[in-house]
Order: sequence, then structure tokens, then C-alpha cells
Amino acid sequence: MGNYMGESIKRREDPRFIQGKGKYVANLHIPNMAHVAILRSPYAHARIRSINTDAAKALDGVIAVYTGQELIDGGVGKLPCGWNVPDIKVPDRWPLMVDRVRHVGDSVVAVVAESPYIAYDALELIEVDYEPLPVVIDARKTTEPGVPLVHDEIPDNISYAWALGNKDETEQAFASAEHVVELELINQRLIPNAMEPRAAVAQWDAYTEEMTLWTTSQNPHPIRLLLSAFTLGIPEQKLRVISPDVGGGFGSKIFHYPEEVIVPWIAREINRPVKWVCSRSESYLTDSHGRDHVTVARLALKKDGTFTGLHVQTWSNQGAYLSTFAPLIPTALYITLLSGLYKIPAIWGEMWGTLTNTVPVDAYRGAGRPEASYLVERLVDIAAQELGMDPVELRRKNFIPADEFPYQTPVAFLYDSGDYHRLFDKALGMFGYDALRESQKAAREQGRLVGIGVAGCIEASGPAPSQVAGALGAAVGFWESAVIRVHPTGKATVLTGSHSHGQGHETTFAQVVADQLGMDINDVEIVHGDTGRVPFGMGTYGSRSGCVGGSALVRAAEKVRAKAIKIAAHQMEAAEEDIVYDRTTGKLHVKGSPAHAKGFAEIAFAAYTAHNLPAGLEPGLEESAFYDPANFTFPNSCHISQVEIDRETGEVHIQHYTAVDDVGNVINPLVVEGQILGGIVQGIGQALTEAAVYDEAGQLLSGSMMDYAVPKAMLFPMFDVDRTVTPSPHNPLGVKGAGEMGTIAATVAIANAVMDALAPLGIRHLEMPLTASKLWHAIQGASGGNGMQATNETPLGGRDEPGDPANWPERQILSD
Amino acid sequence: MQVTMTVNGKSYTRDVEPRLLLVDFIRSELALTGTNIGCDTSQCGACTIHLNGKAVKSCTVFAVQAAGAELTTIEGLAGTGLHPMQQAFWDKHGLQCGYCTPGMIMTAVKLVERHGGTLSEEEIRHGLAGNLCRCTGYQNIVKAVQQAATEMGGGD
Amino acid sequence: MYPAKFDYYQATSVDEVLSLLQQHGEDAKILAGGHSLIPMMKLRLASPAVLVDIGQVADLRGFSTVADGSLRIGAMTTYHEIADANTGLDALTEVCSIMGDLQVRNRGTIGGNLSHNDPAADLPAVALALDAQLEIRGPSGERLAPMEEFIVGLMETALAPGDLVVAVRFPPSGPASGSAYEKFENPASGYAICGVAAWVRRDGTGRIESCRVALTGAADYAQRLRPVEEAMMGQQAGSEGIDAAAAKAGEGLQFLSDIHADDVYRAHLTHVLTRRVLQKAIERAQ
Repeated sequence: MGNYMGESIKRREDPRFIQGKGKYVANLHIPNMAHVAILRSPYAHARIRSINTDAAKALDGVIAVYTGQELIDGGVGKLPCGWNVPDIKVPDRWPLMVDRVRHVGDSVVAVVAESPYIAYDALELIEVDYEPLPVVIDARKTTEPGVPLVHDEIPDNISYAWALGNKDETEQAFASAEHVVELELINQRLIPNAMEPRAAVAQWDAYTEEMTLWTTSQNPHPIRLLLSAFTLGIPEQKLRVISPDVGGGFGSKIFHYPEEVIVPWIAREINRPVKWVCSRSESYLTDSHGRDHVTVARLALKKDGTFTGLHVQTWSNQGAYLSTFAPLIPTALYITLLSGLYKIPAIWGEMWGTLTNTVPVDAYRGAGRPEASYLVERLVDIAAQELGMDPVELRRKNFIPADEFPYQTPVAFLYDSGDYHRLFDKALGMFGYDALRESQKAAREQGRLVGIGVAGCIEASGPAPSQVAGALGAAVGFWESAVIRVHPTGKATVLTGSHSHGQGHETTFAQVVADQLGMDINDVEIVHGDTGRVPFGMGTYGSRSGCVGGSALVRAAEKVRAKAIKIAAHQMEAAEEDIVYDRTTGKLHVKGSPAHAKGFAEIAFAAYTAHNLPAGLEPGLEESAFYDPANFTFPNSCHISQVEIDRETGEVHIQHYTAVDDVGNVINPLVVEGQILGGIVQGIGQALTEAAVYDEAGQLLSGSMMDYAVPKAMLFPMFDVDRTVTPSPHNPLGVKGAGEMGTIAATVAIANAVMDALAPLGIRHLEMPLTASKLWHAIQGASGGNGMQATNETPLGGRDEPGDPANWPERQILSD
Repeated sequence: MQVTMTVNGKSYTRDVEPRLLLVDFIRSELALTGTNIGCDTSQCGACTIHLNGKAVKSCTVFAVQAAGAELTTIEGLAGTGLHPMQQAFWDKHGLQCGYCTPGMIMTAVKLVERHGGTLSEEEIRHGLAGNLCRCTGYQNIVKAVQQAATEMGGGD
Repeated sequence: MYPAKFDYYQATSVDEVLSLLQQHGEDAKILAGGHSLIPMMKLRLASPAVLVDIGQVADLRGFSTVADGSLRIGAMTTYHEIADANTGLDALTEVCSIMGDLQVRNRGTIGGNLSHNDPAADLPAVALALDAQLEIRGPSGERLAPMEEFIVGLMETALAPGDLVVAVRFPPSGPASGSAYEKFENPASGYAICGVAAWVRRDGTGRIESCRVALTGAADYAQRLRPVEEAMMGQQAGSEGIDAAAAKAGEGLQFLSDIHADDVYRAHLTHVLTRRVLQKAIERAQ
């Protein structure tokens, strides 16, 4: 009973997952179900001259074939952008494109057939006459003369421009700077690769005119809202959106995708259940990508290392269209984080959201915050190098002191709490920083390339409050809902607008409620991901579930307790203020008489029998809350790594990795540690292996798991992970959010280590991913080389050359 | 064409197209949806099952190739209760979204059987090269396999 | 993704395979382990009209010793079966223990791999270094093709229409010999960006008296590195001559470039891995 906060309880959802009973959308089977496949553009930019679907329609087993125009004629609307910064130009995006395609993978025709095999057969029979158009891929080149326009009505391919900070003070800071660090860097494009590909199943009830859509979403309510108000037109009360178990998202399943419109539209059109499951190849071309920034930055310092100003200009590649929350990421989640852990009196951040012939870019784990941390922490490391200071010493010199919280940065945010020195003390101690720096010296003397990388990172979790979000461009609020429905037997069903796609809410949220009400956790059931059962809620992203969704649960529980106290006071003939609600036992008693207690179940039963309630009190014990947080929370972290680069091959070996994170109070340490560990690997993926690679024609060359390196187990040692705790004063749980910190910090912790290893060679900065090929070339270039010309051009350190498999001879008879 | 195979100890006969992939046979024909599909290039391992006692990727086998074979899927791994590997994944928090988990467990069981209880961390990490996980960072998966290896003992 | 339709034949004997291939001509593809063919079919990069499944041909599996003392491995023997067998061929055991992944090693077959001749496959380099011969049956009867003659070019082999690789023969490694395989893998696919296999034999004084070195992944097709082999003759373990010999690895070769690694890097890796694999093979040649 009670006492569940901070306990490492094994996850209650796991028994179904480990036994193969996960309820993923693709597992759903409805009798008479038909299957959808989508024909996608093979061109990055082309005019559609004509589409001939006759042969596909004639194929046995094909039920119907639809073009974009037919969908528009059938009432579908444009996919909206849910974050509108001032003067933004939002390009038109239809569920199926009509006369022009703008990235490889853009959707063109939908086929519905008796089996997915037949649907794919039919795709091969569709003839589309494309007139290829010139393309633009690189954010830096979007405004160059002669570059094609992705959308004719958007000049210079600039969708929006945004800036924040104190410009004049920043200019003054640079005018009087004693030292300036300049850096141009790329935060490369990534592909999320949630292990579960997206999927959608729709069922239309022709009698009630109700639609049910099962979709792989992190936030089913906003999806229902967008479907209802913009794209599908079915009224919200007639539309039920269900996201059952979701197999990872990392941001990519926040957004409203074309298939979420196409699938229910077809289901209604043919009056049959319809299923679409994305193949991995399609997911590379259609799931929103992440990152993709080009940045020029300058940091102004005094000679003693004090930061005095920061100026940042970033070109953010938004892809061919604006995905649902695309403009949020490089604005209010990026520029606002440029202060890092530091007191920087003057910051001026400017960014441009550019359109290109690539897959749309939107939030990907961390979303803007990893880009900010990477930039700030690279600048700080280079500054330390240039000033001849230890990178830890330079960071400590500029930390916001623990006694200055709440701290107002020049870029909008009011940081809640933190103790960065204590954080670093702990991490450096665990890592054995001083000793490893000593042994690094010895290794360097032997010519070995050993590097130590430190990263001190800040995150803003749980976007809030709604009023501020609205002022920044949000078309939605950022509160969360909760309902605690106590049953007459004293058990509870809990409805939450947050939605787990791996986070473990069925455990952690049950811990919160059981702890608040003094219940047995096994008596608490968590329900989420279903607009038919749960009040409107905002879903899960931005490390918000604990701080916003969890806080909503606390607010609802407080109301339940208050009502229980009223009933107990009435029945025990005492004043309400004399009733003690013992959350460790779930019993209520009159102050001083613990022996004469009523159990929570007794009170619940009394609430429902309503035989003896205080005058005017409604029967029942069910309370709801809509919690709108007062502010973001600000998790912070110190990650330190040691790497050694194989001088001969350029391979990076990770030797030590220590992570200390302050995510505030912790509901379940096991779950929090899991989030951090997984986040670290995802962050290291960006540093070392992952990149979306486009060729000049806009073909995605890293378009499968054969060429896009999702990190494998063998790349890593065990990590040493721990926490410090400064509770957030911004929410009743004191939690700060743990979902993204690992990813935010790990990328730059590893990048800084690799660059530290290369520092003796005079190498200042290399772009990620830091592949063996790229590092070897850099080492060759730096040490005078061996006479061989470095020619690497792709982000992975290779060169895109002939090797077009289409030109290869027909494969031989046997396969292996 | 008609195929018969034994899946989780039960014999099934179905009329299938030759092109039907084994994973689709298992998922659609037998409604055993614990075996997941995560890619289309044989990289991710989410579809791993045991085919005649060997871990294989069922997305890269036609159902007709498995005619007459004995299959075990995640649903049939443990007779009753949990297999030590399942238990270990639970104990060690070796899963988050759960999507890679069935394939990961099916591979890990055969990895331990091949190497026995002496499996090193490095062998585990290399042994899982054919299974991708995007959530856990593999750390707790490795710990789970270590726990299960101890419990499963000497191997074969 | 889902493959296109095809007609499926499950053969139970080599004769039946050959007659099915005759009957269906170029429309037919052989389905062995399927780990290259099926993914291509799923992506519809290959859509053969007929598949001849040789998985049930018992004669194509297992190990035997032929008259000249060579180890004969049936074409349908899987990598794991080879890794687990006591073949006495270190490089073969090594490559069959690391290529692909655990699941792939349970399905992938030696005959299928070599017939497919993927430029980034590991096995062709080892088969070259171990002087393997392919036993081929076809419309023109039965013949033996040395690996080097079997590989014709980029994904091209000496297989004629209707031919089937039935077995692969490896001569015994011999006394005072050793072999090894070293690989730098693509972090995504696991295929070789560069892989080098070596076999060496030492004379009574410990010097190299015979040597074969072969490269895969870095050029259009797997091939022997003769300049290295020649330079290795007479070298002693640990001598600087080994690196000098390895430095010849790139002579006369055109290296591949792709998004992961350019030709310059592959040339360099070839040098490094050649030295490393030679050192390992020599250590094993005790």
C-alpha cells in the first residue's frame, strides 16, 4: 500500500510483451479487411502529367484505386501545420499529391486490395507520367540564384524566419570581446527508425456513421482533432482514434501523416475495414526525419574564459512540406536553449526554416535541444582549447550558480532549479576524470589517439504553459488530462491523456496514483491511447509525461482525497480538518484515534451507496483534472566519455562512458535509468554512425537498414549511470522528465571525445557522423598524409560513385 | 499449395501461395502476432523464430520452404509460465516498447544454447548483431542475457 | 514488402533440379538459403517467374572427404554447420562464425553464397585463399572449377545456364600452415567494406614457402592479391617484410567507392587488413 514513489518496480506491461502479446496496430485483424498500398514518387521533384490506373484496377483482387484528385473530390483536406510562427508560409500538402511531387516517397496513388501482396502487385501496374524538375536538397543552397522553388508561391524557399534574444547587447559583447570562437557546423539529418513501422487500420460503421481509426500515434487526441477539423471532416464525436501498444516513436509518431487520412477515407468509401502497414523501405521515405541544421556561431569571451555573448545563425532544413510541428523544433525548442548551463548575458539567435526536395523534418528525440547542446558544447570545448583551459574548468567558471535559480536566460526561458557543480562533481568522480586525464597524457606520448569528452547539457521538458505556447505559435495547448475513477470496491481505473510508446506508464502512473491514494498498485489500472475512453489529452513527447501527465494525476488524486475526507468526516462525526488520510495505509481516521480508521474501499463504497453522505455532496468517487503547468522543467546532465581512435583504420572505440543526470525527483529509477541508457545509444548513433544521405538528384542513398546504421549492441561498453536530484518546483511531483536527456548529452559527449583525441593533430572540428573513413581521412590530412588524396564527400565519409545496382549484371542463379 | 507444419507443438495445414512469407503465414494464417516485422532487408531480427531448433528470420523464408518443419514462436517458447530468458528480460528491464523483444528473446535463447553459461559480454553483444533495438541501448538486454545464461546453465 | 508471384518447385534430387532448370530456362532461379534472393524479391528488385527450391535435396548437405584428401562440403551446408564442423581450416571456421548474424548463419549456405558472388560477401575471399574448387553439375555434365576461375567479374560467375553448384572442395590446409580472415564491416549491413583472407605455409626454418591472399568488399569482385603473395615468399614471422608485402595489396586494383568509404580508404584498409591477416595466419601456422 502506498509508498511507491521512487521504487524500482518491475514493469507491469512487460508480461504481455515478453510473451508476444503486444497489441500493435499491425496485429489487428478484422474480418473482411482490405489492404492498402501507396504508390510513391521515385522523383525528388516532378510534375505529374498523367496517371493511368486502368491496369491496376483490372487486376484480380483489386477493390479500388484512388488518385489525389479523387480524394479531394471526396472531401479530404490539406494536412495542416500545427505550429505557426509569425509570417510563416505554409505550403499545401495533400494526403495524395495531385499535380506535383516534391520528394522521393511523396504519395501519389492508393490501391486497396484483398491482400497486401495483391496491393503491391497493383502498384507495379500503375503508370504515372512524370516530368522531372530540378531539385534543391541542401538547406544552405535554398536561396542561391537559379535554385528551383519547391513551392512556386514561397520565394527563396524560406517558409519562415525567427529570431530571439538581445541583439544590441550581443553586438556590444562581440565589439568588446577579448576572444571570439567561431564555428560552422552541421547537425546532420537523421531517420528515427522506431522499430515498429507506422500502421493504420480503419473501420467504418455505416449505420451509426462512426469511424474508428487505429493508428501508431504518440498522441491520438490531437490526431483526431486534426482529422476532424482539417483532413477527413468526420465530426469529433463520430471519430474514435485508438493507439494501442506503440512500438517506439522518438517523435516520429507525433505527426499527422497522409495515411491517417487515406485509410479511413477508403474504409468509408468501400465500407470495409481497411489496413495499411508501412514497410521499412517506405518508412525511410515517409516518416518525418530529424535535425538537419547548418549553423554559423560565434562565442564571445573574456580572456579569463567568462562568456560574454553568443550569436547563432541556423538554416533549418524543413523538407518538402511543413510536418505537423516542424516550425516548433528549430525555434522555441532550439534557440531558447542556447544558454546551456551557463550565464551568458547576451544571446542573439536567428534561424531560417527552408524548404527542400527532401522528406519533411520534424521532432526527433530531443528535438531542437540536442542541436542546441551540440552547438554550445562544441563551442565551449573549442573555446577551452583556444584559451588553453581544461574544458571542465571553463564550464565550471560559467555555470549558473545553484543559488541563482530560478534563472532567467536572455532567450526566454526561466530555468527552474539545478546544481551544476554538484552534478559535475559526481560525474567527474565516477568517471575518475583526473586519473584518466593523466593516463591520456601517457597514451598521447605513445602516439595513441585517446580522447575525453565532457558534455554539460540542459533540456526543456514538458512544453508549457499553454498560454506561452500559443504566443510562440502553437495551435494546441500543452496541458494534460487525468481521470481517477474509483470503483465502489475501492479499485481504480485511471484515464490519462499521456500515451506510452515504450515509457512504461502502466507502471509509473499506477505508482503515482497508488502512492497518492494509499492503494495497492495492483488495484490501479491505467487506460490511455483511446479517444473513446479517455478525455482529450495531449499525448507523449518532449519528456512531458511525468511532469505534465503525472502532475495531472496528482491533481485528480488530491480531489479524490478531498472528497474521501469529506465522507469520512461526515461518517466519523468529525471536522474535515481533523481527518487524517494516511497515504501509507490508505486509511482515514480522526486525528489521535488511528485505531478507529476507515479504509479507502469502505469510503468508496459509501460514496456509491450514497446512504450516508454529507448534505449536498454528490454520490460517486470519480475526479478529473486538466493540469496546465506553470513552466517547462529543466533537466540537466553531465556525460563524460573516453574513446580511442584506431590510428590505422579510424575506428572509434568507446572505452568509458559515465552519465549523471538531474531529472528531478524520480518515480521509478529502473524506468528512468532505462530511458537514459537507451537515449545514450541513440545519441551516440548520431555521433558515430547515423546520417541520411541524399544524392544531388534527391535520391535517399541511406534508404534502408543496409545503409543507415542504426547502432548495434557490439558498438558499446557498459555505461556507468547515476543521478543527482534537484526537484523541480514547477510541478507537484518535482519531476523534470527523463526521455530525452540521454540523447541530448551523448551525441556531444562522444563528439567532444573524438575531437579531443584528434586535437594533438591540430584538427579542430569534423562533422558527424564521425565514421572511421572520415576520421582516417582527417588523420591523413593532418599528419601530412601518405600521398593519397582524400576524396570523401558524403556525410558518412565515403564517395557516392558509380556502383548503381541498376547497372549491375543480372544476378546469378543461386542465392545463398 | 498445401503446407503442413508444426507450430508450438500443434500441427497446422493451410493452402498458401508460394510467395507467402513465413512471417506472414505465422501472423496472418495462424494469428500468432507475437512475431513482428521491423524491416524488409533481413536486418532487424524482430521476426526471429525457431525453425527446426534454429533461430531464423521468418521474413526471409517462404512458408512453403518450412513445409514439414517444427516451428517455435515467442508464444510457444515457454511451456508454462515464463522461459528464463523471458523472466530475465522482465527482471532486468530489457525492453521498453516491446517491439523487438520477441525476436530478441528468440535469438538470445539460441545464443545461450550455442555458447552455454560461459557466454561473455562481448559474445552476447556480437551474438545480437542480427537484432536491432532502438529503445534500450542494449545495456539491459545484455544484462538479461547474462542472467538467463546463468540460469539456463551449461548449454548444449 | 511482398514478392511478386512465382511458380515454385521443390526438388528432392540434383537430377530433378537440373531437369527443372532445363525445363524453365532463364525464367528459373534457384532458391538455396534465400538470404540474398528473398530480400531482393521482397523489394521487387528481382521477380523470377520460377523458383526451384533445393532445400530438400539431401545430397547437397554435409561433409565428406574426396580421393585427393580434400574436404567436400555440400552446397546447401549452412555457415553454422561449417563453423561447428571440425574442418581444420581456420579461416573457414572464422568466416562462418562471423559473417551475417546468428540467424543468417543458420540459413545462409556455402553454395548459395559463392554462386551469388556478391562483391561485399566474406566467403569468396576465404574460398580463394583456401584454394577451393566448386563442383558444378549442369547440362554439359559435371566439372570442377577453381574459385579463381569461377569468379568472372562483378556478380558474374562461370556458371552457365542450367548449372548448379553441388559442393565446394577445400584441400587440406597441410602441416605448418595457417589461415585467417580479417574484416572491416559496414556498420549498417554487416557486409565487408574490406575483407582479406590469407593462407600461409612455413618451411622448416619458419619462413613462408607458400601463400595465398585474397580480397573482398573493396573491389568489383573477390580476387587474389598476387603481388602480396609473391612478396611474402621467404618472409619470417614478425619481419618488416610482411608490412612491405602487405603494402603491395593495392597494386593493379581499382577500388570501389560508395557512401560509406571511398576508394582511397578502401585501398588503405586493404593494406592494413592484409598485414593483420598475414600476421594472424602466420601465428596459426605452427
